[in-house]
Amino acid sequence: MAAAAGALPRLGGGPLRGISTFLYRRSTLYLLLLLMPPLLWLGTVYLGTLFALLTQSIYSIDEFTAQIVRKPTFATYRQLFTQPANLDIVLRTLVMAVSVTIAAAFIAFPIANYMVRYASSRAKAVFYVAVLVPMWTSYLVKVYAWRLILAKEGILNWFFHAVGAEGVLEAILQTPGIGGPSLASSYLGMFIVFVYMWLPYMILPIAAALERVPGSLIQASADLGARPGQTFRSVILPLSLPGLAAGSVFTFSLTLGDYIIPSIVGAPGYFIGMMVYQQQGTAGNIPLAAAFSVVPIVLIALYLAFVKRLGAFDAM
Amino acid sequence: MRTFGTVRAVDRVSFSVEPGEFFAMLGPSGSGKTTCLRLIAGFDLPDSGQVLLEGRDVSTVPPYERNVNTVFQDYALFPHMTVLENVDYGPRMRGMSGAERTSRAHEMLELVKLAGFEQRKPGQLSGGQKQRVALARALINQPKVLLLDEPLGALDLKLREEMQIELRNLQRRLGITFVYVTHDQGEALSMSDRVAVFNQGRIEQMATARELYTRPRTPFVARFVGGANVGEGDVAERLCGARQAFAVRTENVQVLAPNDAAAAGMIAADGEVLDVQYHGATSRWQVKLDAGEIFSATRNASEVLRVPDAPGERVRLAWARESMVTLEAQ
Repeated sequence: MAAAAGALPRLGGGPLRGISTFLYRRSTLYLLLLLMPPLLWLGTVYLGTLFALLTQSIYSIDEFTAQIVRKPTFATYRQLFTQPANLDIVLRTLVMAVSVTIAAAFIAFPIANYMVRYASSRAKAVFYVAVLVPMWTSYLVKVYAWRLILAKEGILNWFFHAVGAEGVLEAILQTPGIGGPSLASSYLGMFIVFVYMWLPYMILPIAAALERVPGSLIQASADLGARPGQTFRSVILPLSLPGLAAGSVFTFSLTLGDYIIPSIVGAPGYFIGMMVYQQQGTAGNIPLAAAFSVVPIVLIALYLAFVKRLGAFDAM
Repeated sequence: MRTFGTVRAVDRVSFSVEPGEFFAMLGPSGSGKTTCLRLIAGFDLPDSGQVLLEGRDVSTVPPYERNVNTVFQDYALFPHMTVLENVDYGPRMRGMSGAERTSRAHEMLELVKLAGFEQRKPGQLSGGQKQRVALARALINQPKVLLLDEPLGALDLKLREEMQIELRNLQRRLGITFVYVTHDQGEALSMSDRVAVFNQGRIEQMATARELYTRPRTPFVARFVGGANVGEGDVAERLCGARQAFAVRTENVQVLAPNDAAAAGMIAADGEVLDVQYHGATSRWQVKLDAGEIFSATRNASEVLRVPDAPGERVRLAWARESMVTLEAQ
């Protein structure tokens, strides 16, 4: 007994142990200490700067001196929403973001569903790698690669000629609104690149949501007489809505804010991101840039409210 | 027959279930009973062989076109629907009008004693209540056959016993054929008209509960269903003088002191006590026989045994020749 007691270090000694005991008794203080650094980061660096940016949007700029007038006013917002050019930019970005989101959802869902439900564990691993690897590659490299693919001398054009379908391509490029001199300088090309870029952000949340739907629910649905289409509509789709909502928030917000893709690929029309970049950089109109950045935030908030009403988060 | 890769999950299994019968498929996990159930439900298709439903070959008919419903082990209730929506799911998918299916769903919830729970979500129910919803959801389709895959496995003992009685009564009242998968032999014996005992993808024996218990045909059935002592091969030869496999139930084995002579016509075997478990009304002795097998004896606790019961003590087991059941070799 004495030997056993001697073998172990004595309890209750040492200053470190004293501190641990003190913190153990005051668990709230302990929690506060642990959370202090992340809370400081979130509160000041993250939300604080965002708040500072938003504050800029209620200031205005003096036309003559190009100085920021630090007086609360709605003049900047009035400028944003009354100038047709600005409204066009908002509308153009919104239409692009919505179409990219819808297209990404339609492409991503079957892939995610196949990955989760039908692929063998090896094939599933291959799928995950295939989805993730493009995300690890440089963003600019991918955009420039697409510019080459879509260019007049690019592989897509060559392909259409090779199969003798250049007429189809011509017809597409002449369609007003989506067309242009070549795919690389059309809204269609920009759309293709956006969908390519954000697809993983749609696939992964949907796959995660589908992973959480037990196979027995799908069997139960079939067992109760539901044909595969009915099972999809009444069981699989509603239960994967949270994933679909999460994925669409990614694709939607990434498209709303991006300024690199529209400036490298696509038609000359401006997008919100480019406008923010230009106003705060070249033009030095920080208030207008800030007002433009408020637009995506408001749009996403509206979108979230909309999907919440659809019941996307009920199954969470 | 159904194979998965190189494994034959079910092989040469053949049985027919009578209309209105309570039929149990009993076996350890991996014995093929659940695969069999999935073949009947249509979740798996046989590699060879047939599934007939009222004489019609349904082997390749998808589940949604079979008049068979399943109660799943994990209940498989739709988490995003209310109890009512879960129960009227089948009729809704088949296009029944709203008013009619709601009234039928209410009727079903009445039947499983869950009236008043219509608007709850599955997440707000206890295990036993989920079980009842799953039952109502399957029964509303008026299936020819109800398949139950270890439906009581997740419930605690008391609830399980209540549900056993309730299920049995429900089956008698509705007259629907029940095919019930379980690994609990007590459950299979107490509820079913007939039991098929599965082992390694085959049916070892198919009989009434009484017959399985009193006349097991193979060593596996004797051990798994009756918990009986089995002597095979060399052990059988040393004990009885013949290599013929036999079973003897634990309650027919007497425990004697090492020097007590067994009565005439009894077979005696000496051994060493491994353990004596006290079960209240009875005690269970486990004895390692010198012949090489561990035998058990169940004795009434009131029976006064002047036999040493500490582990390692020598004892003599004895049983009547008439109490032995001859088994087929495996």
